[in-house]
Amino acid sequence: MAGPDLAVSPGQGAVAPVLAVTGASKSFGAVRALEDVSLELYPGEAHGLVGENGAGKSTLVKILAGAHHPDKGTVQVDGKEVVLSGPAAARDAGIAVIYQEPTLFPDLTVAENVFMGRQPLRRGRRIDAKAMHHEVVELLGPLGVQLDPERIARGLSIADQQIVEIAKALSLQAKVIIMDEPTAALSAYEVERLFRVVENLRSRGAAVLFISHRLDEVFVLCQRVTVMRDGRRVLSRPVAGLSADELVRAMVGRDVEERREGGAQRGEVVLKAERVTREGVFTDISFEVASGEIVALAGLVGAGRTEVARAVFGIDRYDAGRVLVEGKALKKGAPGVAMAAGVGLVPEDRRLQGLVMELSIADNVALPSLRRLRRFGMVRRAAENRFASEWVTRLRVRFGRYSDAAAALSGGNQQKVVLAKWLSRQPRVLIVDEPTRGIDVATKSEVHRLLTELAHNGVAVLMISSELPEVLRVADRILVMREGRLVAEFSHDQATEESIVAAATGQLEMAS
Amino acid sequence: MSSETAVGQPGQDQVAAALPESASLAPKPAVPLFGKARVLVRWESALVVALALTILLGALTSRQFLTSENIFSNVCLLYGELAIMTLPMTLIVVSGEIDLSIASVLALSSSLVGYLWDQHWPMPAAIGAALAAGLACGAFNGVLVTRFGLPSLAVTIGTKTLYAGIAEIVLGPSIITNFPTSYTTIGVNPVPGTHQLLSYSALVFIVLAVAFAMLLHATPFGRSVTAVGWNKEAAQFAGIRVKRLKTLLFMVSGLVGAMAGVLYTFRLSTSEPDNGIDLVLPVVAIVLLGGVSIFGGKGTMLGVILAVLVYCGLQSALLLTNFNANALEIVTGGLLLLSVLIPNGGELAARARRFMNRYRVSGTQ
Amino acid sequence: MSTFAGSLRQPAGGVDGGASSRRLADLIFRAREFGIIAVLIVFVAVTTSVQPRFVNSQNIKFIFSNAVIFALLAMGETLVVVARHIDISVGSVLGLSAYLSAHLFSQVSGMPIVGVFAVGLAIGLGCGAVNGAIVAIARVPSLVVTLATLYIYRALDVIIVGGGMVVASTLPNSFLAIPSSSWSELSSVPYLAMVIAALVAFTAYCLRSFRSGRELYAIGSNPDAALLAGIPTGKRVFTAFVLSGGVAGIAGVLWAATYGTIDSTAGYSYELTVVAAVVVGGVNIFGGSGTVVGAALGALLLATINQALYVLGISSFWDPAIDGFLIVLAISLDHWITVRLTSALRKRSLYHVV
Repeated sequence: MAGPDLAVSPGQGAVAPVLAVTGASKSFGAVRALEDVSLELYPGEAHGLVGENGAGKSTLVKILAGAHHPDKGTVQVDGKEVVLSGPAAARDAGIAVIYQEPTLFPDLTVAENVFMGRQPLRRGRRIDAKAMHHEVVELLGPLGVQLDPERIARGLSIADQQIVEIAKALSLQAKVIIMDEPTAALSAYEVERLFRVVENLRSRGAAVLFISHRLDEVFVLCQRVTVMRDGRRVLSRPVAGLSADELVRAMVGRDVEERREGGAQRGEVVLKAERVTREGVFTDISFEVASGEIVALAGLVGAGRTEVARAVFGIDRYDAGRVLVEGKALKKGAPGVAMAAGVGLVPEDRRLQGLVMELSIADNVALPSLRRLRRFGMVRRAAENRFASEWVTRLRVRFGRYSDAAAALSGGNQQKVVLAKWLSRQPRVLIVDEPTRGIDVATKSEVHRLLTELAHNGVAVLMISSELPEVLRVADRILVMREGRLVAEFSHDQATEESIVAAATGQLEMAS
Repeated sequence: MSSETAVGQPGQDQVAAALPESASLAPKPAVPLFGKARVLVRWESALVVALALTILLGALTSRQFLTSENIFSNVCLLYGELAIMTLPMTLIVVSGEIDLSIASVLALSSSLVGYLWDQHWPMPAAIGAALAAGLACGAFNGVLVTRFGLPSLAVTIGTKTLYAGIAEIVLGPSIITNFPTSYTTIGVNPVPGTHQLLSYSALVFIVLAVAFAMLLHATPFGRSVTAVGWNKEAAQFAGIRVKRLKTLLFMVSGLVGAMAGVLYTFRLSTSEPDNGIDLVLPVVAIVLLGGVSIFGGKGTMLGVILAVLVYCGLQSALLLTNFNANALEIVTGGLLLLSVLIPNGGELAARARRFMNRYRVSGTQ
Repeated sequence: MSTFAGSLRQPAGGVDGGASSRRLADLIFRAREFGIIAVLIVFVAVTTSVQPRFVNSQNIKFIFSNAVIFALLAMGETLVVVARHIDISVGSVLGLSAYLSAHLFSQVSGMPIVGVFAVGLAIGLGCGAVNGAIVAIARVPSLVVTLATLYIYRALDVIIVGGGMVVASTLPNSFLAIPSSSWSELSSVPYLAMVIAALVAFTAYCLRSFRSGRELYAIGSNPDAALLAGIPTGKRVFTAFVLSGGVAGIAGVLWAATYGTIDSTAGYSYELTVVAAVVVGGVNIFGGSGTVVGAALGALLLATINQALYVLGISSFWDPAIDGFLIVLAISLDHWITVRLTSALRKRSLYHVV
């Protein structure tokens, strides 16, 4: 396809779009996040926005939310150009964004959360609590949601918090409601409920921009879908008549790369989980990872994969079951014990969990291993630098000095530093959680090659990933979790994207 | 990602949306630590300059300032215990907590020593008991903060009062003064061999300062403290046992506070329930003045040591000029304010301008 | 192509609409105020049974004159604390105001009492404005700012007072009678206590019924969300500090009327008791919840406990220890309650259990 594939439904040419982004471009330094992107939303439609990580979706959302200003391009609401100088301007323009993690006031009631700063007043500028309650009931009613407006927000489930945010958006007369991965942390029932809410919003004439990784949902919910890839729009078509394959191909843009040659030397079982259970989070998780193999843990966000990794590593405690490394059971809730047994964990959030951003590269790499560097009780800078240098060099991290703060590096290089941190300890088991999230394509391949090489050298690798191409490319075995349980296992040869997605979304029974 | 996020935890997206783009959370391109190191060095350099100015001021305003007698009596003796307490406080603040109860531990330790001596305990045993009590107080603080997850500010405001109260109960209305001269000599005579300059408490400070500096900057434990202060979660993911670390820090604080209490008692040759109660605020002020961030992570022992010297120097210089002794506190307060305002510098001016404009342009928002 | 019909599951336990959650939360929060009153009653009852003379006009007057000042200070402090800040300079502001305002009586002949109150208020507002400006504009943590101003204001006080003091004899009798006058000898509850109670009630009403009041709570509950919601946080926080200072200023004048003799140590170390009262009164030190009524009751409770101990012959040496113990207890209790409440509320809204 030469240019973007744009097809407008018959009849839509007559209606004007409620939101029109034209030629938006945005760069961060040398990184081109958006390149000449255009998007049209029509009133009353639910419009899906899909694309791999790094395709530019979140940048587009941030522009619409007023958090970033595009270098080029315009945004028009109802035909009038608007300048979105900040969140307030976006709100005034009628654009509301519902984030994955809503921000509410936990100590205040639902009603106050919806109307904070805009509470209805009665005589003497006093808050009219009755009117406020009434208005919230009016807002929630048609959405088909039962939520007591006088209940404090603390303890609300994510799904309910989203509803409050939606009510807030409605009270602001939002014409465009952007939902950023709203179903990531929702149960199936809650997703159904959200879909009904979206239907209701559509019937009021609002436009809903639905950003999701879950293609199934896009097909169910949306009338049209836009695919972004590498910062550009590649496709904007009605959902009807579009197949999942076409969508995936548009997202990926290339045939899935050659798979890694299967059948690596599988050695002894190194990591074994036996019926590990954490109440309310995951149940009866049993699996094995042998030295030399890469086992992927796939599933939708919220399935509990990260929680399993955290429990295995000892950050969280669990209620039943045990974890064994090389046959010896690990004490639970003690990362130090897991580390001593040779386990390393590259966490999901490298900014908040993987690195201490303000500390230097050398400090970060040496941090878990300081005891080993101790001479007469002290650690010297030179020793730290020397320790860090081995893997920092091998991974080809691009940096200025060892004393540079980790914050100064690019995302890909930061991830390499996290890897260096663990590889310097020569782990027997390496758990990586979303290892290439938010990383540029070139570094992504490097990381994949690294993982393969590690396995080749006898490390047992457990990889949690939401990126199916990555999973298919790298893993020897694929375990699928859904809502806290292991529901499927595929070998490298058996697995297909469709089967994984099917298992992850519950359309397939346990298959092997 | 867990399916239940606590209400009220902002995701990065929202916060980034709220802040102006210049303050976005995206990593700023290449601000190397060396640049940051330059800032730190700037802070310590400023302190060195301040110290030099202080000494100059003192020397110019009073001929007695630089005499060994003055240094001994009006600097070392007067501020030894205060200086000692800044050391564990630095570690605690760097780790992201605070301990407002340390001076009350001093008082409690002083009371215990007096009481036990009065009850005819041998002095070493009384001192041992006081130190043990300090450890226990610190452990109590630590448990409340780590096990119960309570904010250290609130907890130590409570234990500050509690320990001071216990000190009063222990000693009751009595005041003990009949300590043996072999101990109270530390309040009168300088350490032999130091040219009549250093008091025993000053010597203890110097030794401890070196030890704490090495601890914070050169040992795994100290690195962990810094890491925890910057990012508790990432430290946990690196295998650091955060709870154990913080509890230990509080216990060290209690122990050092008790030590200071023992020194204080012998210096004044008096055991009184409100000994040293007022000292906690200057201790915190000095630590902050030393460049340690109240939020944790940032700070060096060198900065704090310099700040101690600046503080003591200024106080004694002003004392010699018959400056209103009580008004010296203005100096402490002023220094404290400066120490937190200066780093913000230009940002402060810009925000002040915006604040003023907002008030002028719109009456209500 | 719906794939979800098959996995639709009814919510566990039915949709209760959260009504019982509201009741639960309400109960627990109201419980704090009732809890304090209950403890108060128990204390008075126990003390009176041991020492029947406890409930005499003398003791009641002492309790109230003590409580009134701290209740005022606690009320002002609450404004600041619910916004997730703290003001530990209140003791120094009180001292400054006490001296300067009372001093006016000897400086200006025929000084009207109202004028003295006005001066005290002005001093407090000014001190509070300095605090507020630095916190709001410079974004310096309020602990640090008010720690510094605690020093600076106290030192100013010392400089101004010098070695002198204001002596009761220079103060008009009508002024000195304010704290203790009551409308009948039978009810020994002083007028002043009722005035302060009314003021606290009024403040509570304002915090509940006006947008700016609710916004203070929002700022303390989630500062980032408050920014996102367009709340003028700087302005609100500034105002909270100004009011806290103003209240401390008035408390200073009342202090002068209560004790008559004012030197540079007036209000020394009061901030601790104020924080204790606020915490015991159920105000969360992290902000977002708590009421001025609770804080004032906390002050009353502390004053009652102190007086009760005195009457029971327990030496006053126990006071600070008990205060401290109460603070620790109150904070731990609060935390435990919040944790339990959060998990209870979560369970009630969980539709789908894994």
